[in-house]
Amino acid sequence: MNSKILQVEGLTSFLGSREYPIRAVDGITFDINQGETFALVGESGCGKSMTALSLMRLLPTSGRIIAGSVRFGDRDLLRLSETQMRSIRGAGISMIFQEPMTSLNPVLSVGRQILESLAIHQTLRGKAAWDKAVDLLRAVGIPRPEQVIDNYPHQLSGGMKQRVVIAIALANEPKLLIADEPTTALDVTIQAQVLDLILELQKKRGMAVMLITHDLGVVNELADKVAVMYAGQIVEENGRETFFADPAHPYSQKLFDSLPGLNKRNEELDVIHGFVPSLQSTFDGCRFFSRCHRALTLCEKKVPVWSHHNDGRVFCHLYSTEQKDTGLSKHQVHGSNNEKLYADNYNDRSALLSVDGLKIHFPIKSGLLRRTVGYVRAVDGVTIEIPKAKTLALVGESGCGKTTVGKGILQLIKPTSGKVMFEGMELTRINSFRLREKRSDFQIIFQDPYSSMNPRMLVGDIIAEGLRRYSDSNATSRRRRVRELLEKVGLPADSMERYPHEFSGGQRQRISIARALAVDPKLIVCDEPTSALDVSVQAQILNLLKDLQSHMGISYLFITHDISVVAYLAHEVAVMYLGRIVEYGPVDQILSQPKHPYTQALLSAVPQLDVRGPRLFIRLTGDMPSPSDPPSGCFFHPRCSQALDTCRSQYPPVTRLSDGHLTNCHLYTAES
Amino acid sequence: MLVLFWTDILLFSLVVLVVGFAIYASRKEHLRAPWREVSRSGVAMSALVVLSLYLVIGLLDSVHFRPQLADREDADDVRYSTEVLSAFDWLFADLRKRSEKTYSAPFAIHLYNKEVVESELGERRQVYPRLKFGGAHLPNAQKKTIDIALTSVVAGLKALALWALIVLAIARLWAYRESVGTRQGLQKILLGHTVVSWRAILFSLFFVLLITWVAIDLSQKYHVLGTDKVGEDVFYQALKSIRTGLVIGTLTTLVMLPFAILFGIMAGYFGGWVDDFIQYFYTTLNSIPSVLLIAAAILMLQVYLDNHATEFSSVSERADLRLLFLCLILGVTSWTGLCRYLRGESLKLREIDFIQSATALGVGHFSIIVRHILPNVMHIVLITVVLDFSGLVLAEAVLSYVQIGVDPTTNSWGNMINSARLEMARDPIVWWSLAAAFIFMFTLVLAANLFSDAVRDAFDPRLRTRS
Amino acid sequence: MTAYIIRRIFYAIPILIGVNLITFVLFFVVNTPDDIARSQLGDRRITTEAIENWKHIHGYHKPVVYNGTEKGARKITETIFYEKSLRLFAFDFGRSDSGRDIGHDISQRMWPSLAIAVPTLLVGILINITFALTIAFFRATYIDFWGVVLCVILLSISSLFYIIGGQFLLSKLLHLVPISGYDTGLNAVKFLILPVIIGVIGGIGAGTRWYRTIFLEEIEKDYVRMARAKGLPETQVLFGHVLRNAMIPILTGIVVLLPLLFLGSLITESFFAIPGLGSYTIEGIQRQDFAIVRAMVFLGSVLYIIGLLLTDISYTLADPRVSLK
Repeated sequence: MNSKILQVEGLTSFLGSREYPIRAVDGITFDINQGETFALVGESGCGKSMTALSLMRLLPTSGRIIAGSVRFGDRDLLRLSETQMRSIRGAGISMIFQEPMTSLNPVLSVGRQILESLAIHQTLRGKAAWDKAVDLLRAVGIPRPEQVIDNYPHQLSGGMKQRVVIAIALANEPKLLIADEPTTALDVTIQAQVLDLILELQKKRGMAVMLITHDLGVVNELADKVAVMYAGQIVEENGRETFFADPAHPYSQKLFDSLPGLNKRNEELDVIHGFVPSLQSTFDGCRFFSRCHRALTLCEKKVPVWSHHNDGRVFCHLYSTEQKDTGLSKHQVHGSNNEKLYADNYNDRSALLSVDGLKIHFPIKSGLLRRTVGYVRAVDGVTIEIPKAKTLALVGESGCGKTTVGKGILQLIKPTSGKVMFEGMELTRINSFRLREKRSDFQIIFQDPYSSMNPRMLVGDIIAEGLRRYSDSNATSRRRRVRELLEKVGLPADSMERYPHEFSGGQRQRISIARALAVDPKLIVCDEPTSALDVSVQAQILNLLKDLQSHMGISYLFITHDISVVAYLAHEVAVMYLGRIVEYGPVDQILSQPKHPYTQALLSAVPQLDVRGPRLFIRLTGDMPSPSDPPSGCFFHPRCSQALDTCRSQYPPVTRLSDGHLTNCHLYTAES
Repeated sequence: MLVLFWTDILLFSLVVLVVGFAIYASRKEHLRAPWREVSRSGVAMSALVVLSLYLVIGLLDSVHFRPQLADREDADDVRYSTEVLSAFDWLFADLRKRSEKTYSAPFAIHLYNKEVVESELGERRQVYPRLKFGGAHLPNAQKKTIDIALTSVVAGLKALALWALIVLAIARLWAYRESVGTRQGLQKILLGHTVVSWRAILFSLFFVLLITWVAIDLSQKYHVLGTDKVGEDVFYQALKSIRTGLVIGTLTTLVMLPFAILFGIMAGYFGGWVDDFIQYFYTTLNSIPSVLLIAAAILMLQVYLDNHATEFSSVSERADLRLLFLCLILGVTSWTGLCRYLRGESLKLREIDFIQSATALGVGHFSIIVRHILPNVMHIVLITVVLDFSGLVLAEAVLSYVQIGVDPTTNSWGNMINSARLEMARDPIVWWSLAAAFIFMFTLVLAANLFSDAVRDAFDPRLRTRS
Repeated sequence: MTAYIIRRIFYAIPILIGVNLITFVLFFVVNTPDDIARSQLGDRRITTEAIENWKHIHGYHKPVVYNGTEKGARKITETIFYEKSLRLFAFDFGRSDSGRDIGHDISQRMWPSLAIAVPTLLVGILINITFALTIAFFRATYIDFWGVVLCVILLSISSLFYIIGGQFLLSKLLHLVPISGYDTGLNAVKFLILPVIIGVIGGIGAGTRWYRTIFLEEIEKDYVRMARAKGLPETQVLFGHVLRNAMIPILTGIVVLLPLLFLGSLITESFFAIPGLGSYTIEGIQRQDFAIVRAMVFLGSVLYIIGLLLTDISYTLADPRVSLK
């Protein structure tokens, strides 16, 4: 029964120049059994995607496979000719990629791209092939497949595209499906749909799945077996349950500890200090040594060996029998201070910022005279309040308008209507000169750490940019202030003489924070500041933000789609759907007792670490409608399982629930 | 007496600008890094050596003066010739002055045409007469080959000696900077183990030195590229044309840059009616086929010059004005591409996070443009300047051929081709003017293309798809 | 779509007005008609009568923009601006300075221009794409490297030398085709071969290099990796996927040139003595016939604007993502 369909041994792939290669995949070994889901987990740059591409022999031009064997059935894939390999690709092993948006050829119809795959491996043509393609589309849950088959990729939503990609991958009934971050680019409710689909198809067809992901939640939902990768190597492998119950490798343990959540609200998150070592270097000892909190003296000089542990295996000296009694390394990694509690120092509930009925509409122009024929209602009447030193999380899926709200509040986009009161000043009304004077009070941190800094400026100048205008300071005092700020965000003072590209993503976010802090803001709009970062780095940034709030009393408008971050950081939550807020209240109430069906679906779609199986799954069907043409009545009613008749015709009013939080839903209108 | 032509002034201010930029760039890592990348490329460095030779000749030819007339002793005032010469003319005075009667082939010692000569006996014969200067030192034609070979070898040896000295000097300096021995330095350089591709530089320098030296030594005795219809040395003409090529290739972009940058960034950054207006402006200009616009403008200039002939002190000044005007009008027709590109780039930058962040910090529009947008589009400007160069040099030849290029009295490859074309029908064909123009132009354009490719790849490989 | 085209035609009007104004300023304001007459007559001590006479013959005797001596609408219509510039909008090009009907000349001479330009373009595209695909197939090998080097060398040669070299080699040395000239009907073919061959060869360097970079850019994209992951052979990846996408920038780059093909090539036509619009323009320039140059400027702009419109339309045909509204 448990026959191995893929056996990888000592696979080694290099990228880049021959003199200084990047050892992207460095001797990894694993097996995948028939019908099982094997998850390869790791942070960005650990070599997990390169492993998948090596298996398919699809490495980029600069890459090459150096050593190892990949046995698929009874053949070693690395010894096949290119022609033989082609008969494996798409037939024996299929692969789906991270970006559904770019994985499909934009100028060919969906049908042609499926038919092509059928024609090459099954020589299926004509009507038979067309029928098969329609069946495939139906099997991946695409409504009206007869029509979709003639569509072009751009006519489909992201979730639909990924379904098409899956359909193509399944066309020739592969024995193994390699899924490289299949849902990372998708929203959480769509992710849930796609994960369910993969799980269901796997059960039905009995194929093996190799799942590559950075998200432990997704692993928990899907995997049978888990392997953790770090710096080009697998460091631990075990069954899912054992792994989640008792991760053995210090790196795995840290990955779990650095995840934010409601239960860690009052403590500092655990972080992994330091950086992943450069894969261009050669290693004498354990690659995780410099960052390990449990390192032994021998870890530095001796490469670990595989040890058995809890039915699995782990690549760590701590578990090897001979080395049990060696002492702890002198080398010190800062232990984190989990005891540190965040006291709520600020109890002033008066609003620092209050937004009332904020609307931001973008005109759609069309016709002969470019008349405005409609509006994209990106933000359509948002009312929120942020007290001093508190965090309001604005939660929603992509396209719901949450980023636009942030920019509208900061007057980076001119609101169409509504009020933005900041300390009693109406920001939409004041003239541009006074607005510029006032701007130091509210700042913004962006999602992408790479585009948020001018690559042509020194870090010192970037941070000092705000100072130049507001303080009548000279160069010396500015430098002093920059040094203080760098220290505050935990960067060395000599950073100011360097350029942004010399810093990692997490460090850049620190610089962004320092730049915002330079002008002593009272409010910072954080626009997904951690979603481009790995979990261990995310923890550092969340810690910093929390620390700054408790010491300086800064308020945050935290825009995010990540519920666990909300749980850790926010005091209040506003859930947005299609430009409007559907539920608004204190964080614990919303997360534990969501009332609005959308909130419920959103929360249940988040893959969980601790529970699996019997859990309430609410799966949304379909996609979010376009904000230029919202549905009548309640915007959510076409996707809502509990929709009433009134929902189709009337937008629900705000209802204050018994526990004090607000929602816009007809189900609760009677309650008030 | 020093004479300053408009193009001279602009050319030298361009040199100052480039030197200034080099000093500025050497302090900025983001500018230094791509240049380091360029210096690693052997092809680019070889091309740079060749370009430098052209540049030196072109700049020498841009220092103009009017020589003092050999005066009578008693005159109080110093009198200057009306003829304007350049430092290059002065250095190569022999080349300039040694005109033959008419065509002669390269290295010929006889004229190309038969002439009727009356011998002492009163006999009239048709012969090819000896040249006045080309190979005049030779007693007869048989000695020619040996003389040429000998001169070349001697010149080659001199070049080799100088080259060896330069190699040693550079190896010494490099070794000193890297604190290694001279021997080791020499080894590393010759094996190509240096960051800057010194090996490529030195080897191309050797060829450049060799060819230059041999050509100069031979040109003292022969017309190495023959003479043209009025007997002028073609080698001299080809060298003189370098300046025209350089002026057109560089000044054109220089005059258009301020407009392209200002309008492009303004359109992209401000949007709205500013954008509409600028877009209308460049679409209109762009919609006129450039050759026709140039033709119309040059024709009108010609009318103007015809009617105001008295206002110019010399023919050269008039020709220079036409050259400058040609640069201007070429600039007008070529700025729209860059402008459109900068507009698109500024449009993208305007929405990018760091600009939004600067706005949120209350930084004004002007500061944002100067501090954030301009530095982030400068590489596009730089790439455009180097990429446009070779196209403009080629365009000059075509325009001169159509007679809407430089003044017919100005030395240019286009004019050389134009006048030589008429002799294509002769049999045997007069090919050397064409060949000379071809070799000089091809070398310059090829070097410029290779260099600009390296610059583009180092600064922004994405721009490759711009045709 | 129709609404879009109509709107684009509306947009073209201010541009044509702009072009008209620019040419008007260039031809009649920078230099006065008197200056032109003096320059044309070519003698500095020319009498006023001679100038007036010349102006009368060529219709330059009227006031430039406003005629105070006339009445009503004629104050505007009896001017140079109206007669020489505004009439261009009705494609009334008037008479050349040598007295010929320009409109008639254009309709006669555009055919030889097209006879050269169209085959040159089509054969050129075919050859360039073939070369570029071959180079792209052998990317990151020596074939790629030397292919690119060859392209750079080819594009560093002035078009004048391609023509001169081609004429010398094929006509003068090998006597394969006539060196220049033109004939009507099918007899024209033997005169067309040489210019077309030379035009194609002259364009190989730049064309192949450009197409190669477009192909390579497409090859980097995710969907190509996906196509390979399906098990498609490299040829099918290149032809079925890469070429199909690369055709979008290639096609649209070509379409904008299509209308301008009418104008012909200035130097090719003049070297080969082909009676097309290119040589017509050159003759106009060399004879300083301003009426012809003015007509060609306006015609060129109209054709360019048509080219832009065709480009947008061709986008919708080549790329399913683009729809014009």
